[in-house]
Amino acid sequence: MSRPALRAVETVSPPEPLAAATAEVIQLAPRAAASTLGWLKPKAVAFATSVVPPLLMVALLLLIWEILCSGSNASLPPPSRVWKEASDLILDPFFVNGSQDIGLGWRVLTSLQRVAIGFGLSAIVGILVGTLVGQSTWAMRGLDPIFQVLRTVPPLAWLPISLAAFRDANPSAIFVIFITAIWPILINTSVGIRNIPQDYRNVSAVLRLNQFEFFWKIMLPSAAPYIFTGLRIGVGLAWLAIVAAEMLTGGVGIGFFIWDAWNSSKLPDIIIALVYIGLVGFILDRLIAALATVVTRGTAAN
Amino acid sequence: MAKQVPYLLVEQVEKTFIRNGIANNVLSDINVAIEAGEYVSIIGHSGCGKSTLLNIIAGLTPATTGAVLLENKEVNDPGPDRAVVFQNHSLLPWLTVYDNVRMAVDKVFSGRKSKAERHDWTMHKLDLVHMVHARDRRPGEISGGMKQRVGIARALAMEPKILLLDEPFGALDALTRAHLQDSVMQIHATLKNTMIMITHDVDEAVLLSDRIIMMTNGPSATIGEILEVNLPRPRRRLELVSNATYIKAREAVLKFLYERHAFVEAA
Ligand SMILES: Nc1ncnc2c1ncn2[C@@H]1O[C@H](COP(=O)(O)OP(=O)(O)OP(=O)(O)O)[C@@H](O)[C@H]1O
Ligand SMILES: [Mg+2]
Repeated sequence: MSRPALRAVETVSPPEPLAAATAEVIQLAPRAAASTLGWLKPKAVAFATSVVPPLLMVALLLLIWEILCSGSNASLPPPSRVWKEASDLILDPFFVNGSQDIGLGWRVLTSLQRVAIGFGLSAIVGILVGTLVGQSTWAMRGLDPIFQVLRTVPPLAWLPISLAAFRDANPSAIFVIFITAIWPILINTSVGIRNIPQDYRNVSAVLRLNQFEFFWKIMLPSAAPYIFTGLRIGVGLAWLAIVAAEMLTGGVGIGFFIWDAWNSSKLPDIIIALVYIGLVGFILDRLIAALATVVTRGTAAN
Repeated sequence: MAKQVPYLLVEQVEKTFIRNGIANNVLSDINVAIEAGEYVSIIGHSGCGKSTLLNIIAGLTPATTGAVLLENKEVNDPGPDRAVVFQNHSLLPWLTVYDNVRMAVDKVFSGRKSKAERHDWTMHKLDLVHMVHARDRRPGEISGGMKQRVGIARALAMEPKILLLDEPFGALDALTRAHLQDSVMQIHATLKNTMIMITHDVDEAVLLSDRIIMMTNGPSATIGEILEVNLPRPRRRLELVSNATYIKAREAVLKFLYERHAFVEAA
């Protein structure tokens, strides 16, 4: 509990001369209790400074876009037309007007469900295999080049093979996500495992930890920063792959929606869908990053 | 004939590292016997093989030839009966101070102590090193001296037969160092456990030890001389400054290190 209190004191009295610092320290406990309000203010300032500039930038870009595309022979719709023709997609993401006419929110959720399965599998398999590979120098030497090659295969290149193997759209899409997301997770995990300091191995040797305990208590936490780097790259790739895969496999996902809108020349719909995809990808990335800071708290600080 | 076998016996230990086909004979002909409850220091110039010797006793490094016997049984693997306090503390940074110690307690006493007993045991060891107040902090949030204290608490918590300390205070400032030396002397007086400590510091060696093992320079380092420090305990550093035995012991170690086995930079 002493940490937030300290932080509160630091932020509440910024411009005071150094001489006052000792007096502050003595008041530590009472101040901490009473300073919730004072603590909120700098938070609000920080929030404003991180949110206002991007909002301004977005407004500026929309304006430029509007100007560029408002001519009569512009090939793309300006923001005003996007809003006019597709505002229902923005305002009500969760409508249902029949099996194919549903809100973008539902479509995103369908896609997210596939990503959750595919990415979840790749996380489990990637971490387990990465752990095995990282422990053995020979496995590393033999497998690393193969992984490095497979890593660069674009997601869509896997699709025909997986369609042939699974004979069904949904498992194929999930497999494409899996195979796209697994490489960074696997490679980063194995690097993390290889970089476990000898000190930790010595500690576990003295304690006679068995393989299982060593895996849970030393390996995973020690490699966690690496693993999360892999997961973060992986989730980004998974989201890239789902959209591409759905374009080809059909269904109700957000990817197929874009393909469908293209076929019926509804450009405004596509643009809205792009915004959805971008935002969801951003949120996924932030979720993993937030999870990483919670889980690896203290790991980096040694 | 009636003489007992020593508590710890290091017999004919030799260590040769082979790297890239080049053999490097670090230790040769190491023989030493240590009694239960003894405090023994190992002193020698940097790189002579002190850590290697300690790691062989700990079982972390296998000896090339020779054997280490604890209570007349050969030891080859590391284990909690020979707990190590590492030079760089080696605390797990993702665990709190309490959990670092508790993890060792849980492992060593699983099945032998109840949950409540293990908690009390952990708290007792933290109390021994005066770290109860910081039990919920992580290693990254405490000072170097505090980390070393936790490292000692963790090692003590394993209830080892022998406590091995590899330059436990090497990275600390003089004041913190003196504090910790006093703590260790107190712990040794209370628990009466056997301790082997590596040090670079002559004063530290004389102050803490019953015997000082002085090592010759490598390669093929061996035990040059063993000095008995016959000073009564408890020892107080201020009183010792003018104590004749202390001054003599100190002089003997200094002479060994800087006259007879002065450190020569390898050509
Ligand atoms: N794993 C290893 N492989 C090869 N050589 C090693 C290994 N560990 C130690 N050595 C060599 O053994 C010698 C002794 O090393 P050691 O760490 O035991 O010295 P030390 O007396 O503890 O030194 P310091 O006081 O600096 O800690 C050194 O020359 C070192 O290069
Ligand atoms: Mg050493």
